[in-house]
Formats: sequence, structure tokens, C-alpha cells
Amino acid sequence: MSETATTLVPNPVPQPSAQVAAAKRQTFTRLLMKNRLAMLGFGFIIIWTILAIIAPLVAPYGPTLTDTASKLQAPNAAHWFGTDNFGRDVLSRVLYGARISIWTGLIAVAISFCIGVPLGGIAAYYGGRIGNVIMRLMDILLAFPSLVLSMAIAASIGAGLTSAMIAVGVVGIPEFARLMYGQTISLKEKEYIEASRAIGVKDKVILFRHILPNALAPLLVQATLGMGFAILTASSLSFLGLGVKPPIAEWGAMIAEGREYIISGQWWLVTFPGLGIATAILGFNLLGDGLRDVLDPRLRSGK
Amino acid sequence: MIPSLLGIVIITFILSRVLPGDPAVMMAGEQADDTVIENIRRDMGLDQPLYMQFFSYVIKLFQGDLGMAYHTGHTVAEDFANRFPATIELTLFSILIAVLVAIPVGIIAATRKESIADHISRVFSLIGACVPIFWLGLMFIYIFYSILGWSPAPMGRISGDLNPPTDITGLYLIDSLITGDFLAFRSSLAHLILPAICLSTGTMAIVARMMRSSMLEVIGQDFIRTARAKGIHEFLVISRHALVNALIPTLTVLGLQFGYLLGGAVITETIFSWPGVGGYVTDSILAADYAPIQAFTLVSALLYSLINLLVDLIYGWIDPRIRYE
Repeated sequence: MSETATTLVPNPVPQPSAQVAAAKRQTFTRLLMKNRLAMLGFGFIIIWTILAIIAPLVAPYGPTLTDTASKLQAPNAAHWFGTDNFGRDVLSRVLYGARISIWTGLIAVAISFCIGVPLGGIAAYYGGRIGNVIMRLMDILLAFPSLVLSMAIAASIGAGLTSAMIAVGVVGIPEFARLMYGQTISLKEKEYIEASRAIGVKDKVILFRHILPNALAPLLVQATLGMGFAILTASSLSFLGLGVKPPIAEWGAMIAEGREYIISGQWWLVTFPGLGIATAILGFNLLGDGLRDVLDPRLRSGK
Repeated sequence: MIPSLLGIVIITFILSRVLPGDPAVMMAGEQADDTVIENIRRDMGLDQPLYMQFFSYVIKLFQGDLGMAYHTGHTVAEDFANRFPATIELTLFSILIAVLVAIPVGIIAATRKESIADHISRVFSLIGACVPIFWLGLMFIYIFYSILGWSPAPMGRISGDLNPPTDITGLYLIDSLITGDFLAFRSSLAHLILPAICLSTGTMAIVARMMRSSMLEVIGQDFIRTARAKGIHEFLVISRHALVNALIPTLTVLGLQFGYLLGGAVITETIFSWPGVGGYVTDSILAADYAPIQAFTLVSALLYSLINLLVDLIYGWIDPRIRYE
């Protein structure tokens, strides 16, 4: 009797419940917390982000405030990081520089992500000629050395912060497209996608609501590593005179301005913004590597 | 290969046509009157439809015509020919340094996993990958020139009071050796060493890391255990059995690094006033002279593709199992 009763009850589908998902998230957080290098990187990111946000509150001077009476001072009590050739406080400029660098990184990665992911997804999902054309285009973009291509793009649009963001963003597109392509190719054959298609879910919804969330892990890793790359490339562009224009405080531009003073021994003009760039990139690289180790043990970076 | 070369040319062409300024105005100067500008525009073919412009662009490319560099007054091709040897010398020497350091370091790190040497090499490869090249170069100049006085002034390839060696290969180091001019050899080595180390750090870090992880993977495989069980000396196991197999992924990374080196050369040459193509590109950026920038973009993409093709071919030589139809 009892047996017939159970058969009448609709079979409980073994679905990943909210509990399972929460448990997964907990394991993920615990594994990431245990990765000391990743946490160190996360620490750098948090510190720079906070400093960037509260720069106007903590910076002792304005970033473009010139004071010719106290120019080229070595680090001292009034100017912890010294002053530059216009008497501007290097510490304040480094703090404000964090704003530009992190903001540039975010926008550039957002551009790469928002263009690359749909392109890769569409190419894999529809395949055929569209897919071929898209992926071939991505291969061609990858055939250019990244810094050289971003220089060419920035030079074509004209120097400036926006063009640096666009240039770095465009150069990052193919990586995201290829990742999303690979993920979509394998996910689209899964049963749950077939099922969604069978009940008439629109392609757009399948691609962005069903496939994208499952492809997010490697994309997240790429986005984190891409932040480091974007900060480095954007500051290189500024160093070469293709990014932010003076007097705006930006790390790469500050190093370019301090360049001629290094031979005469004024090391602080170059050293501090450089440490800013290096620690910010280190932060994103460490966190990115850590995320990759946790999210995909097969891709472990030689641990 | 051919479609991607065509793609590279198309993209460079597109980049050269979305310039902010009108090239004709730029050539004539801001004050030129309309008829002069109109004439220049007709001479340059800018009044033609876009696809005709593209065809003449491609035809010119085949003739080796990369345009005029207004800020030097020469054709870009001439300037490139004069300056490429310096860049090649710098890049080759950087690759050499990177490989000579990174591969042994990677092997040691893998064979003595978790030892002090391993930890040190990993810290260095972490740092090497995130230190901006332009900052590192300036710090090198500060430490080795300004403070210690060990290196010559960061100006050019050879001391100003020495004659460059007779031009045979265009590489000062090799030319001075061939001609037996040891004074020139010493001077050019002293000038080359800092920029080359500076340019090589990023590559060194990545190659060492790749070498370590692929070596670790190979060492864990059965055939290595078999080789050891047969009593082969550990040195031979590593050098003859493991190394060859671990080299392939490392070689891929090295080929990809070539693109990074071309970009890095622009920055390194600028910092060390190295008279190569990279410094020339920076000068062009500052002079708002676009033809050299576009030409460099094109040439470096072509070179980069060729190098990676070469790397693919070397696979077949290292690993006979890989064959190309």
C-alpha cells in the first residue's frame, strides 16, 4: 500500500538546493581564505581601493597643488614621499593616482568582458559562419603584441584617459571571447540546455541566464588577472605619453615626469608611484592565481 | 597563415584611417589654404573610395613603402632599416638572458620542490611579473649609474668616444668580436647589459614559472620512474628524459613572450635612449607622427606571427611525435 502511495507522489527531482549552493560557497570561501598568497593579494587590493576612495580625506595636500618654494624635497616630515619639480606632494599624488589606475582597470576590464563574453558565447552557441568569423577576428587581434596594439589604438583615437581605457579594453576582448567560447561549446551540449531549448526558452535567455552563470568561474579569474594587466598597460601608455596628460596625478605619467630627475639622484619621484603600480598588480595577480587554484584544481599553477 | 596576415593588414589599415586629424592637413601644416590641402589629398589618394585606398595601401606594402616619417624627414622604411639592428640586438640578448636564467632556475625549483631555492625563485617570478618595465629600468639607472657608477650613462649602444664596429651583422657585440675590436666589445656590452636585463625580467619570470610547472608534471610520469628504476643517473634522467618533454610548453610560452618583448622594447629603448625602433616609435608618438606607429604595429604583428609559426615548427623537431601534414 505504502509503495503505491509513494509512486503517486511526484518524484522529487534531485536538484541542487539552496543549502547545497550555500555549502559550496562556504567551501569556496574557506579554500580561498586558506590560500595565504591570495589573501595577501586581496589585502593589497582592499588597501588600494580604500585609499583610492578616501584619497581626498587622507591626502595631506591637493594632487596638483604646486609650491615652488619647496620643490624637489627629499622625503621629510612634511612630505613623507618628498615633492616633485613643481613642489607637488608625491604622497598625495600617489594616493590620487590610485583612483585613476583602479578606475582605468575597472572600465577597461568591463569593456573587454562586456564585448568579449557575448562575442564568444554567440560564436560558440550559433557556430557556423558567424562563429567562424568572430573567432577568426579574435585570432587576428591576438596576433598583435598587446602593448603595441593598445599603443596603436590609443594613438589613433588621440591621447587621453578615455582612449587609454578603450585601447586597453579592446586588447583584452579576445581573451574573454576565447574563454567564453570554450565554456559555451561544452555547456551547450548539456542536458539542461537541451531541456530549456525543448520548452522553448529564447536563445538569448539560454545564453545569458543558463550558460553564463555556469561559465563564470574562469571568466572571474580572467577578470581579476585582467585588472593587473590593464593597470600595467594603462600606466605604460601614460608613461609613453598616450594616456593621462599632465598635470593629472597618474602613476605612469608621474614616473615619466620624474624620469629626468633620476640621474641627478631624486629617486623619490619615480620610486613611490612605481611601488604603487607594482603592489596593485601584485594584488590582482595573487588573487587571480588563488581564485584559479580554488575554482579549478586542474589548472593549478604548479603548486 | 594567409588569412590572418590579411586580417592584420586590414586592422592596421582601419587604425590608420580613424586618425583624429586629417593627414593632408597634418602634412601641409595648419596654416595651409584649402587648395594646397586639396592637392595633397589628391596626391595621397585620400579622395578615393575606401576600398581603392586599401588596394593602394596593400600595393605600397608589397613595394616596401611604409609611408613618410615627417619628424625625421625620411621614409619609415629607411628609418626602420637603420634602427632595426639595435632592436634585434637588444631583444635577442634579452631572450638569451631570460632563457639562460629561467630554464635552470625552473629545473632546480622543480627538482628540489619546497626547498629554499624553490621558494626564492617563486618569489622572484611573482615579483618579476608585476614590476613595470619602465620603473625597473629607471631604478636600474639610479642604482647602477647614479649611485654605484658601474654602468655607463644610459645613452646609446657604445661610448661616444669610440667608433662603432664595422657593420657586418648590425649587432655591435658580434661585429666587434668578428673584427677583433675588444674595446668596442666591452663598451657595447656595458651599454647593452642593463637594458637587456630590464627587458628580460618579465619573460624570465614567466618562463621560469612555466618550466617549473611543466617539469613537475613530467617528473611525476611513469617513464621517469622507469628510467630511475633502470638505474640511470639522476642528472641524465632530468637532462635527457624529463627536460626534452618539459620544454614544449615552455617553448610555447617563450614564443608568446616575443610579443611582450616587442612592446617592452619600446619602453626600454625610450628609457635607455637606445637607438632602436622602439625609441623611434616613442619619438613618433611625441611628435604626433602616425605613419611610423602604424608601420611598427604592422611589422611587429607580422614578426610575432612568424615567430609563433617558427615555434610550431620547432615542436616537430623537439618532439618527433608531432608531425605536420
